[in-house]
Amino acid sequence: MKKIAQFSSRRWSALAAAAALASLAIAGPAWAQRDPAYAAARAAGQVGEKPDGYLGVVGAAPGDVRALVDKINIQRRANYTDRAGAQNVTVQEYAFTQGCILIQRTAPGEKYQAPDGTWQTRGSGAPIRDPRCP
Amino acid sequence: MRCLNPVVPLRLAEDREIAAGQDRKGAPLQLPAAAVLLALVAGLGGCISVNAPDKPIVIELNINIKQEVIYRLAEDVKQNIEANPDIF
Repeated sequence: MKKIAQFSSRRWSALAAAAALASLAIAGPAWAQRDPAYAAARAAGQVGEKPDGYLGVVGAAPGDVRALVDKINIQRRANYTDRAGAQNVTVQEYAFTQGCILIQRTAPGEKYQAPDGTWQTRGSGAPIRDPRCP
Repeated sequence: MRCLNPVVPLRLAEDREIAAGQDRKGAPLQLPAAAVLLALVAGLGGCISVNAPDKPIVIELNINIKQEVIYRLAEDVKQNIEANPDIF
């Protein structure tokens, strides 16, 4: 009797998890995705990933794009500070590693900054990154 | 451009013991081998030329970051991106 109860409760939790996942996939809370304005700016090459782990404005972008970059960078800094504390490293070290991975994960057509400071458009090949990147 | 001939007190290993002995006595040093070597270096022109590089000089601000730390953090960084897709 106890075994059956256990089984059914496990089954129920699995069902609940599946339902939660399904609702995530359909609706998706606001925090789970990029802001449409941010996604558009990335696709348009107005913003790019920098090796220091922060977003940069490419060229002369409009004021709202600059404000967006500032806002995201403040959020990133807070996130890096949290994570760096948990990992016992400096914020700069964490941010730099994040920059390595973020540049690696740029989609073709998106902008990123090479170690020499020039803005590059990601092609189909590997991006130009700092030699210390994993 | 100025060429600098290095005037370095050369002392060969074989001469060292003798030289040390002479030092103690306060006699002037006589090191023929070293003198020959010095003359050779001077003859070859101990000229150090410094040319500006063709490529722009890149100043590495993150030079103090250890590669070992970066490799250790890579996994956490990837998880961080999955956990915060709105800011990355």
